Amino acid sequence: MERLYKLLKLAGTATAAAILMAAPQATAAPESQDPIKITLNDWSGQLISSKIMGSVLKNAGYNVEYVQADYLAQLTGMQSGDLDVAMEIWATTGREALEAAVKTGKVVNLGETGMVAKEEWWVPDYTFEVCPGLPDWKALNKCAAKFATTETAPKGRYLGGPVTWGGFDEERIANLPLDFTVVHAGTDAALYAELDAAYAKKEPIVLWVYQPHWVPIKYKGHFIEFPPYTKECYDSKQYNCAKPGGPVWKAAWVGVDKKWPGAGKVIRNFKISNEEMGELVKKVDVDGKDLDGVVADWIKANEATWKKWIQ
Amino acid sequence: MTEAVATSVSLNTRWRAWAIPAVVVILVCGSTLLPDAMKVYPKAWIVPFIDWFRELMAWLTQDTPQIPGLPPIREFTRAFAGGLNYLLDFFKSLFATGFHFRPGDGPADLPPLPWYLVIGLAALSGWRLGGRKLAIITFVGLLFIAFTGNWTSAMLTLASVIVAAAVSAIAGVAIGALAYRSKTFDRLLSPFLDLMQTVPVFAYLVPALMLLGFGPAAASAATIIYALPPMIRSTVLGLRRVPSETSEFGRIAGCTPFQMMIKVLLPSALPSIMLGINQMTMMTLNMVIIASMIGAGGLGYDVLTALRRLDIGSGLEAGLAIVALAVILDRQSQAAAQRSGDHKHDEQASFFMRHRVTLALIAITAVTYAIGLFEPATAYFPHDFVFSARASLNEFARWIAVNLSGPLNYIKTAFLWTVMIPTRNFIGGLPWFVPPLLVGIIGYAFSGFALALLSSVLVLSIFAAGLQEPALNTIYLCGLGTILSLLFGIPLGIWGAKSERAHAVLGAICDTLQTLPSFVYLIPVVMLFRVGDYSALIAIVAFAIVPAIRYTDFGIRRVPKHYIEASLMSGGTREQVLREVELPLAVPEILLGVSQTIMMALSMLVITALVGTRDLGQETYIALAKADAGRGIVAGLAIAFLAIVADRLVSAWSHYRFRQLHLT
Repeated sequence: MERLYKLLKLAGTATAAAILMAAPQATAAPESQDPIKITLNDWSGQLISSKIMGSVLKNAGYNVEYVQADYLAQLTGMQSGDLDVAMEIWATTGREALEAAVKTGKVVNLGETGMVAKEEWWVPDYTFEVCPGLPDWKALNKCAAKFATTETAPKGRYLGGPVTWGGFDEERIANLPLDFTVVHAGTDAALYAELDAAYAKKEPIVLWVYQPHWVPIKYKGHFIEFPPYTKECYDSKQYNCAKPGGPVWKAAWVGVDKKWPGAGKVIRNFKISNEEMGELVKKVDVDGKDLDGVVADWIKANEATWKKWIQ
Repeated sequence: MTEAVATSVSLNTRWRAWAIPAVVVILVCGSTLLPDAMKVYPKAWIVPFIDWFRELMAWLTQDTPQIPGLPPIREFTRAFAGGLNYLLDFFKSLFATGFHFRPGDGPADLPPLPWYLVIGLAALSGWRLGGRKLAIITFVGLLFIAFTGNWTSAMLTLASVIVAAAVSAIAGVAIGALAYRSKTFDRLLSPFLDLMQTVPVFAYLVPALMLLGFGPAAASAATIIYALPPMIRSTVLGLRRVPSETSEFGRIAGCTPFQMMIKVLLPSALPSIMLGINQMTMMTLNMVIIASMIGAGGLGYDVLTALRRLDIGSGLEAGLAIVALAVILDRQSQAAAQRSGDHKHDEQASFFMRHRVTLALIAITAVTYAIGLFEPATAYFPHDFVFSARASLNEFARWIAVNLSGPLNYIKTAFLWTVMIPTRNFIGGLPWFVPPLLVGIIGYAFSGFALALLSSVLVLSIFAAGLQEPALNTIYLCGLGTILSLLFGIPLGIWGAKSERAHAVLGAICDTLQTLPSFVYLIPVVMLFRVGDYSALIAIVAFAIVPAIRYTDFGIRRVPKHYIEASLMSGGTREQVLREVELPLAVPEILLGVSQTIMMALSMLVITALVGTRDLGQETYIALAKADAGRGIVAGLAIAFLAIVADRLVSAWSHYRFRQLHLT
């Protein structure tokens, strides 16, 4: 059965190649017919970036295959050449992992996507009523008790992201100092499930929010204003300032530039702004629209933009 | 002679009855007086196990040959992965996606099996194996999956289950046969089987990715590792139970050892092997769901992505699709196991008569597939038919979160203050040497020096790996989880044994709790009770209560009827009979349930990590996220060690109780 399948596959590839050679190409012929494997992670923004990139590459004549992969494990996959392109590596959560992968010489950073990641403590706007002075951090600290729960009382409870996200919240609390305790959620699903319930009940909550993401679009709120970020504040390991933002990078297996040099350039050209991505994410996560449909609409509406990436 | 032994044992037991609690109390109370510095395992004594495993992994995955003259190990594992990937690819194409011969993700060149054909064939197989009832269950279950829009994902999951289960079945029977032949091999194998069942899959997923490459093969291999032990164990058990006359007969007939195994022993052991296949299939499904959460696609992935955008309705629907698939697989393989004993052969009939059903099925398959070839759209479930209640389910979940949180949170606060926080502080406040010493004493009391040494060394090695804090958190969470599960589960089991209606309801609840991915109800629990240990504990109890209910129910039902009648006739009330006759006689089954409850509680750690506990499960999860093979393996082994210690102590205790019961 397996052999038959292999044979069929071979025959199929041969005929397909023949058809493709005969067909007129929209742009310059791609350097290789092998599909470019683009990873799909598990949040909508990344899926949108990947599907937009995939559609554009297809329009440029390349074959594309989407492969589901874990956010950090995909870097291992790209080192071995099993995966080709990852569209969103965030400086905030993936910097070390990407740097380590680039150091092996098997992964290249294809530059910024144009999106800038921001992550910070965040409060819903209704907390302003119980805690005047927000979103200033000093005001937050004064009403820490309002954010307390059974487990954390008398200290306020700050709901942090998964431990793997890092973020130096414990250090910031110790050094600023703040009357808060960190409780880590294990996944962002758990993190925002709690926000959703608290929001419906108008309960005070302060938690880790990042963007581009659907949460700051769906719920009205503000990031807490901490003393501005300085390099020195992080170099001295004090972390008593705002968190540094950072770009969202594209990364690829080192062989991409050799196998599909044209595609490498197209991917480098990919750019999208926070606002634009925010709107697309909202359509999918908040309005419940079909993701592929949203991407197809974007491709139709922005032909001028992506045509430039191809040239 | 026997009397002398009896007295010495009972003296011994009397000594243990007061001495052990006394030692434990002295040890625990005395240790609270010790300075705080003794609470933490000394840093200087930490053994770099994690680094050793990292180095081992680096050596295993290096590009240069490990043994001069041979290709590097990676070549072999990659070749194996290649084969596995082909199989997976084939079945996924056949059931879900259709075959793609051209590169890229355009429309399929050959369609998958039409959805209505799969439903029809499955229902027919249900009817042949288990009659009309099973056919209806299968039919309704698959229609539910299709109409909620989960068909393609469910077929992807099914394809992974089929491949992993087939490989496990073949490998399991082969290894089981070897273990039956060679006692040495059997003894060497046993600890590995324990580890394979208890090390959580997150722990070896990174090594699997490194060795097998990025692709479905890695997840599939991890699934196979997890599902193999019950297959091997039931094969060995089945072979051992083959009556000696049967094998004698084979010997007289002049069989070679190989013929003997294939033609005589294995067919005779078939009922037990089929039971193994049933268990193994269920474990495979469980694991395929977890694996798909980390990027393999299918229903587990759908659950996770839905919950990430708080679409609880869609998550629940995908979760229930998993339950439906699990129930169908379970019932059908159970029915197949029951039927495997009787063979019917009608040698008189012609070839066509004997195979008329098979031939008809082949014809139907060919015709419907041909229709799919010319009109590919018919092979896929039509989008317009999909009916989803997700919007109202989402509303419902939010309504509960808002309106029930008040009263339920009073219970939470009370429970936190009176039970959870004190327990955590108590366990966390013990000097580091107390837990290893304690398990040693318990082991010595119930069994002897060997068990005492094993338990102490295993617990001590966890601390030596630098995992004292997460290990203590694990003991606290799983310990409380186990106690609560038993507290609720055993009475429910008794109720189930006494009332047929309760038995049916509990059975359905147990099926759902065991197969519905916990993440589905974990998110609503978080909405009610916030992130924290309380939410994690609820998830643990919801999962670990199942064996407590099932084994108690089973144990009491197994008590011979004439015992009960005799005690009723001699004037015992219902309660007396339950307390004095039924429960004591059901103790072996209940204890088996206890040990299974502990195992289930430990296996939930992987899931509670997703809401953010600080235990060993979180360690394996962090290791996965950081692709740190060493850290993952060590944390995984730590969980396995705890499981092994708990299991050995409980079974030692049950043997001890058993001896007592028979001597007094």
